[in-house]
Amino acid sequence: MRTPAISLTNLIGLEGVSRSDIQTLLDTGFYFRDVLDRPIKKVPILTGINVVNLFFESSTRTRISFELAEKRLSAEVVNFSAAASSLSKGEGLKDTVRNIHAMKMDAVVMRHPAPGAALQLSRFVDAVVINAGDGTHEHPTQGLLDMMSIREKFGRIKGLKIGIIGDIAHSRVALSNIFGLNTMGAEVTVCGPGHLIPPFIEELGVTVNGDVDAVLEWADAVNVLRIQRERMGVGIIPSVREYRNRFGLTVERLARHKKEIVILHPGPMNRGVEIDSDVADGDQAIILDQVLNGVAVRMSVLFHLLGARELLEEA
Amino acid sequence: MTEKKVKATLLDADEFERTLSRLAHEITERHANLEQLAIIGIRTRGEFIGRRIADLLADLEGNEIKFGTVDVTFYRDDFRTHLPSPEIGPTNIPFGVDNLQIVLVDDVLYTGRTVRAAINSIMDFGRPAAIELAVLVDRGHRELPIRADYLGRNLPTASNEHIHVHVVEVDGVDEVLLLDYGQ
Repeated sequence: MRTPAISLTNLIGLEGVSRSDIQTLLDTGFYFRDVLDRPIKKVPILTGINVVNLFFESSTRTRISFELAEKRLSAEVVNFSAAASSLSKGEGLKDTVRNIHAMKMDAVVMRHPAPGAALQLSRFVDAVVINAGDGTHEHPTQGLLDMMSIREKFGRIKGLKIGIIGDIAHSRVALSNIFGLNTMGAEVTVCGPGHLIPPFIEELGVTVNGDVDAVLEWADAVNVLRIQRERMGVGIIPSVREYRNRFGLTVERLARHKKEIVILHPGPMNRGVEIDSDVADGDQAIILDQVLNGVAVRMSVLFHLLGARELLEEA
Repeated sequence: MTEKKVKATLLDADEFERTLSRLAHEITERHANLEQLAIIGIRTRGEFIGRRIADLLADLEGNEIKFGTVDVTFYRDDFRTHLPSPEIGPTNIPFGVDNLQIVLVDDVLYTGRTVRAAINSIMDFGRPAAIELAVLVDRGHRELPIRADYLGRNLPTASNEHIHVHVVEVDGVDEVLLLDYGQ
């Protein structure tokens, strides 16, 4: 069996991405995991390829993860962050990008606060565009690394019951998880305060349940979203203590469910709010596996979008 | 789609087996100490041929021979040319390569680029004492200064001719075929 070339040319979101493309990206991700366990954690396949990481929104782990992935594929990397850029001098996205593009970049990895920014970018550059998070829209590589971590733990994704707990309405992680997991045949239930569950979200093929204990009882794994502190105390989440009591993954709450449940968190964590420290550091959490898988699956995405198209046979 | 025609069977199952056996004997002639030897097969066909040579060596010497596989996909230099790759697979080298005598095994030696990629890959695992190359068929057309230390058959081909190596493990039969891809 040959590894097929994926049909994607950019990675904007997981919405509409085929099962076979996701399968290929995850399969290859596991081979890059092996590379990361070697004495020399680097392969030469993207030698001579230029990648720019454009971060118009602060990010630590996603940016580092992409940068590490690029360097471990031997690509040339340029970093650009909004604070240090001419954006603060009033330059628009289009001009910034056109300038960077004139420097002959092969790929742009972009984080931007506006939903749809990555898609818009892909319309006016002919470099490969990889979305590293666009506002409340999608964060596709996070969705892929979550699926890779779930597959690593369970050996499959199909048929699993996955809960997503937290602020669903403002979460690009939730949306990418929903699209990806649905495509791969998992069942998804979302859980959170009623006003943070978007109306009509059932139409994406998920179940809504406001009772976190019921979700924990049902699920094989739960993805606990970060409660964004910038949204707290401004009417969205009135009280940290109330949130913790009703939706937090506390030690006491997990102890009540006498079952193994796998816990994911995209980070950064608010220990003591959406997840207790002892839970985050406990045996059931695979949060650090997610970090390692993040590098591996980003290597896979870069490899398939930049290197593999000619190398692999058309499916 | 170009027409692929089988022009000749270059090795049948018996000749295939005898060739592997001869390669194994040649390896033992050069390597007195098989403790320090490891066989690494280049995926995919080289993996099976390498495995068989390792088994033949184990039969000859009575000891297990270190065996690994290498997948060169991430080390290829030709991803902008249109050469299809087989399934990406694992590289599995379950021993330290430092100071070992390594015999790389592949089915067909052609441009030499796959062997170059395999050597680079192994170097990323450590520093072997030496790397040698064993191949079943050398079809010519080298693009790099690489030659086989242990050679099954030397079969110079025209550029529109291809060599297909079939192994029992994948194809149900051991044979080497010469194919004509037309003009």
